Amino acid sequence: MQPSVNVKKKHWQRVIHQMIENKALYLMILPAFLYILIFCYWPMYGIQIAFRDFNFADGITGSRWAGLKWFSLFFRSNNFALVVGNTLILSFYELLAGFPVPILLALIMNAVPSRRFRKISQTVTYLPHFISVIVLVGMMGSMFSVNSGWVNTIVKALGGTPTYIMGEAKYFRHVYVWSGVWQQMGWNSIIYLAALTGIDPGLHEAAMIDGAGKLRRIWHIDIPGILPTVSIMLILRFGSIMSMGFDKVYSMQNSLNLSVSEVLSTHIYKMGIQSTKYSYSAAVSLFNNVINFIMLVTVNKVSDKLSGNSLW
Amino acid sequence: MKSMKRISAGDHVTNVTFYILLSVFVIICFYPIWYVIVASVSDPTYVNSGALITLPRGLHFAAYKYAFDQRQLWIGYGNTILYTLFGTFFGLAVCIPCGYALSRRDLPFRGLIMGIFVFTMYFGGGLIPTYIVINTLHLVNTRLLLIIMGSVSVYNIVLIRTFCQSSIPEELREAASLDGCSNTRFFFSIVLPLSKAILAVIALYIAVYHWNSYYNALVYTTKSDIQPLQLYLRQLLLINTGAEDLGDADSLKEMQQMISSIRYAVIVMSSLPIMCLYPFLQKYFVQGVMIGSIKS
Repeated sequence: MQPSVNVKKKHWQRVIHQMIENKALYLMILPAFLYILIFCYWPMYGIQIAFRDFNFADGITGSRWAGLKWFSLFFRSNNFALVVGNTLILSFYELLAGFPVPILLALIMNAVPSRRFRKISQTVTYLPHFISVIVLVGMMGSMFSVNSGWVNTIVKALGGTPTYIMGEAKYFRHVYVWSGVWQQMGWNSIIYLAALTGIDPGLHEAAMIDGAGKLRRIWHIDIPGILPTVSIMLILRFGSIMSMGFDKVYSMQNSLNLSVSEVLSTHIYKMGIQSTKYSYSAAVSLFNNVINFIMLVTVNKVSDKLSGNSLW
Repeated sequence: MKSMKRISAGDHVTNVTFYILLSVFVIICFYPIWYVIVASVSDPTYVNSGALITLPRGLHFAAYKYAFDQRQLWIGYGNTILYTLFGTFFGLAVCIPCGYALSRRDLPFRGLIMGIFVFTMYFGGGLIPTYIVINTLHLVNTRLLLIIMGSVSVYNIVLIRTFCQSSIPEELREAASLDGCSNTRFFFSIVLPLSKAILAVIALYIAVYHWNSYYNALVYTTKSDIQPLQLYLRQLLLINTGAEDLGDADSLKEMQQMISSIRYAVIVMSSLPIMCLYPFLQKYFVQGVMIGSIKS
């Protein structure tokens, strides 16, 4: 027993010594730590209002307990199926449409012989990523306009009847998803391009000597080469399937498309800030957070099992 | 050697197809942006006719003149510049030292601290509980909030940490510490100069975030004199779908004529800084994605 206690004691002495020696490093962490504490952990204390009848006058602990009232209200309301359904449909559609395009783009970019053209096309396709959500939606509003938008000019030229695409519920999902593809395909292709440049050029040379054409080399060398990256990206995307962002959906919402555009994040915002149903909003928000967290942990577990890749 | 370079007929077809496909991608990405620029300086009657424009027609700067006269636009512009500058500085000052310190393998409880940080990437209090905290701190409707909110992100800290781990050799610090160099001095005179690349990446990420974000301003502010550019744009581009609110009755008809042009002009004015700087900064943005991919 004696030596092991001694070893433990020595270990702790060393740790404490190391901590004192590196006190400057803890000081470097401190500002960020305080930030996280105030803006991320302190709000978690307030999650309890989801189980209370919160109002600002009584404060968090002064408000009465309400049990699971807000949760059951949400689960039994018509909004539940609508909002969760819309979130899932929009997310899956976005994943299905948005995931393959950057891979395709990267494969094409990588296979184009001219270095210069590749550089130019990279610069141009990354550009939309930097446009703000408001500007993007504003651009679409003008370009899809019935009278003055060029999109409807083409529709008319092809013999169709012009419609205000932004105002119709049936088009909302397509516009939302494909404008997202437009904005992010270049940016999201960067990671695959990096993976493609990491492929051993010797493989291509050997295949060329064996007489393999370009398409065959893409199929047998490039695609298998980036498969690990593809699977990791796919796993990451699945983990965030319920965390639909707020900014773009909210900007694209109008009274005509609410039936398909109301998602969890916009519902939380409207209930909490606009209708001041604080506790109800907090309950929906907690539901969303817990689902997200479970999704992430599960997906991570599965990914760890399948490929040995884990986020933490 | 010549035979090596010769390409088969099949590959030739493939190459041509790829050039065409990539050109289509490039045009799809570029045309809408180009259209906005061209439409903003074209004659409003052409713009309203909905014709496809590839070059400006009848150079008109009236839309810009109108936009320049909008006081609220300049207030928003000034606020956004303020939030972007101070927010970026604040974010760097907080994140860079933290990311470096967490990269040090000899730091006790490094894993625990890292865990505390990373947990917040996956779980949070949510909108209302966060609002209550901001309200308790009396930060609602303040500029300070719009500067600090969002400037510190755990994702950026992780990026810095990954960068420091891979590009600042352990031996360097050991040698420096043998020479009696303290942690603080090592950070300022060795780490910072070696981290210029990641400094640029993080600064750009925070700056773009501030320039484009509207969520915090939407939730936490009601006073128009502290609102950023994006909220003004939201008002102009998304909410005022008619021209009524923009001018007095006399100029109403003229306004209605110009409203599309004005929208395009304002879009150009608000996006110009990033669009102009972007080609020069492209390599830094891409570098950020690369460092991020090492982690995952």
